[in-house]
Amino acid sequence: MRAAIIVFPGSNCDRDMAVALKAAGADVSMVWHKDATLPEGVDLVAVPGGFSFGDYLRCGAIAAQSPVSQAIVAHVERGGYALGVCNGFQVLTETGLLPGALMRNAGLKFLCKTVGLKVATTASAFTEGYAKGDVVNYPVAHHDGNYTADPETLAVLQGEDRIAFTYAQNPNGSVADIAGVLSENRRVLGMMPHPERAVDAGHGGTDGKALFAGLLGQLTAA
Amino acid sequence: MKARVHVMLKNGVLDPQGAAVKHALGTLGFAGVEDVRQGKVIELELAEGTTEATIGEMCEKLLANTVIESYRVEVL
Repeated sequence: MRAAIIVFPGSNCDRDMAVALKAAGADVSMVWHKDATLPEGVDLVAVPGGFSFGDYLRCGAIAAQSPVSQAIVAHVERGGYALGVCNGFQVLTETGLLPGALMRNAGLKFLCKTVGLKVATTASAFTEGYAKGDVVNYPVAHHDGNYTADPETLAVLQGEDRIAFTYAQNPNGSVADIAGVLSENRRVLGMMPHPERAVDAGHGGTDGKALFAGLLGQLTAA
Repeated sequence: MKARVHVMLKNGVLDPQGAAVKHALGTLGFAGVEDVRQGKVIELELAEGTTEATIGEMCEKLLANTVIESYRVEVL
């Protein structure tokens, strides 16, 4: 399985993502945001966390206009997989590949802690390694993780079983406790918590491993 | 020519920063502040003849996230 990790000025979880994907067995390449094309044969695009372009204007707004973002959109439109974590989730909503938007945390504070997440669906390559209702622990580190969507969009997400993870205890005020959502074809996942920071005993937990293992399993078989 | 773009969270979208400012005004003793909404103002210096339609496109594509924000263009 070939994965491309996008690097923007201000990305800071790109190497963590590379370590997590390599540990799961992926062939990883890093792609600078000015590249207008992705390496040939890429199965998964990972958009990492960080503060792309200093969060100017809105989190992810400038990154979504980078040359590489057009290539990400084309990859997804071809049926490719994409994972956006934290700032990566913000970038994917700004490109329109995922619905909704991420607003300032309801409590206004930057949150940096480990939170419990409920696996809300197992019907995706990202979550098939878990059991529905499992509570997993991933770190969060964000200021703008308050997911919102209009009532119609929320009804669609719920009706199509596209909410991947919910917070066991909502830290940021997100609508319906949403921590991560899937695209209509279930091949794009955006989430605020960091699975790549929970793949080694040194991280304090390894609950994120099953996400990468599931992804690798499905993409390698395909 | 100049244009000023006002970007605000849409009505009905909870504005936690506005709520915090409202709370702080109350703490300072200002009574009767019923609601506070916080937004941003973006000033554009533009070539003469730039149409309002073009400015609208700038807002739709970049300056505002129309999922949560509304905008108003003022040509100066």
